[in-house]
Amino acid sequence: MIQGSEISHQKSEKNMASLTELSLAEALDGMRAKRFSATELVRAYIAAQETCRPLNAYVVETPELALEKAKESDARYAKGTARPLEGAPLGVKDLFCTKGVPTTAGSRILKGFTPAYESTVTARLWHDGALMLGKLGMDEFAMGSSNTTSACGPVINPWTGPDPANASRKLVPGGSSGGAAAAVAARAAIAAPGTDTGGSIRQPAALCGLTGIKPTYGRCSRWGIVAFASSLDQAGPVARDVKDAALMLRSMAGHDPKDSTSVQRGVPDYLAALTGEVGGLRVGIPREYRVDGMPGEIGDLWERGAKLLEEAGAEVVEISLPHTKYALPAYYIVAPAEASSNLARYDGVRYGLRVPGRPVQEMYENTRAAGFGREVRRRVLIGTYVLSAGYYDAYYLKAQKVRTRIAGDFAQAFKTCDVILTPATPGEAFAIGEKEDDPVKMWLEDVFTVPVNMAGLPGLSLPAGLSKNGLPLGLQLIGRPFDEETVLRVGGALENAIGFRAVPPFHA
Amino acid sequence: MTIDKDTVTRIASLARIKVREEEKEAWAKELDGILGWIDQLNEVDTGHVAPLTSVVETALPMRDDRITDGHCPNEILANAPAQAAGFFVVPKVVE
Repeated sequence: MIQGSEISHQKSEKNMASLTELSLAEALDGMRAKRFSATELVRAYIAAQETCRPLNAYVVETPELALEKAKESDARYAKGTARPLEGAPLGVKDLFCTKGVPTTAGSRILKGFTPAYESTVTARLWHDGALMLGKLGMDEFAMGSSNTTSACGPVINPWTGPDPANASRKLVPGGSSGGAAAAVAARAAIAAPGTDTGGSIRQPAALCGLTGIKPTYGRCSRWGIVAFASSLDQAGPVARDVKDAALMLRSMAGHDPKDSTSVQRGVPDYLAALTGEVGGLRVGIPREYRVDGMPGEIGDLWERGAKLLEEAGAEVVEISLPHTKYALPAYYIVAPAEASSNLARYDGVRYGLRVPGRPVQEMYENTRAAGFGREVRRRVLIGTYVLSAGYYDAYYLKAQKVRTRIAGDFAQAFKTCDVILTPATPGEAFAIGEKEDDPVKMWLEDVFTVPVNMAGLPGLSLPAGLSKNGLPLGLQLIGRPFDEETVLRVGGALENAIGFRAVPPFHA
Repeated sequence: MTIDKDTVTRIASLARIKVREEEKEAWAKELDGILGWIDQLNEVDTGHVAPLTSVVETALPMRDDRITDGHCPNEILANAPAQAAGFFVVPKVVE
């Protein structure tokens, strides 16, 4: 008996070490085949969560909740009633409201806020059997590309080195879903729901060597997600590979009566889209995405990606998206304008921080000055200005017209191609503290991702290779509205052809 | 210069964000720089272009005009910085 239990203990130790290496799809297969239990998987991830604390990826850890849910998952596997994501241990970006678990959106102004409700997207994930390990750090109100604007402190990219917390040059994981990307890359979460307003899923995924998809605007419900820019915000997964992204999206997507902008369309089986077949598909290469100052190695990886798809049977065509360079300045009218309106609710009355003041306007002003960080104040001030009397036509209306032009460029391009291939970011992960001297410098991180949000299209980023510094670089695929299937199919084929296997030097 | 100190005072008040007097010059300079960068949009001909109001062509859904939620004052007040007798409490508005 004693011997037997020792053997099984050793076996489980061995499993523990390797369980976090499995992709979401592999882990689900393993639980279905009873090779290990949901409880074992969750225990492995709780240990990984502790190992990865130096990254500051998790802002709230909920191991007890996760273990309790794992018990239910094991009961369901035993009874044969397991759901599609049964027992999958996820981290959740702290922009999703989670019932009974603090949600701060990375802001001081929401300190102490515990939602009484669950966001639709996370509720759908739990309904499909997934469970939560904790909440993940992010740029304040999702405004940032470096995770340095968070009130919970910066998250460190696990690609920084073997001892990231003590490295002399700590790298950013990207943002705003920086905690999500760092945790998934470091094997401290199997996958994570994130959000993307201008690149907040795709850019951190690219900087951490992961796959992320922002679906078409309207595909996922925005209900219960702390609002940033309502005409641009979309939820989507940060995952280890294309198959995992498809699995996650299948559970996250779908109509929700509580969000009138979520579309009444059936959700396709995204897994079935991963046929690996790209024969006959036309892949567009936009000439305007060759920007000044972009490292040559990104151009090389981009060309290689196109070549690999051609070898797999696709046809590569050159396309033009002439208004690309105007997407970013137009975004910095639309997004701040909508943010200034959405963030009006933080006034120290109903939830979060209150800084005293009399009369009540003084209380509002003190609260918002102390509660919002500099980037959020910057954007609320810009947004207030461009919406103020006399300036609306010159700025907001103009930006919305430019947006029509941008959307028109894509519609025109999709007459001659089925999917568009671009770089995901203009560079590799940079150091914490860099690009902080001029706000526009930081905003340029999203130069390739923002146009996709402006047009509401689906966009996927996937790892393309390593830079000469050994850091991951990503490519982006853009699809027609609601054609996530083609994006995923081409993404799957490209992933196979590229064969990216690198793992960050620091991981659980 | 589009944005000067007075403009900063005005928009900060509209945005209900306290900006200290000594910070105003720096904010004016920074916001002015950003708006200068944004001005490149004037190169785009938008003469006969309608503003984009919805990225996805879809009709707004209709629903029955029924109350499906509510009756949870305690949950609503649970996160309030100050509350009393089922109400949010704010500094006195009328003296």
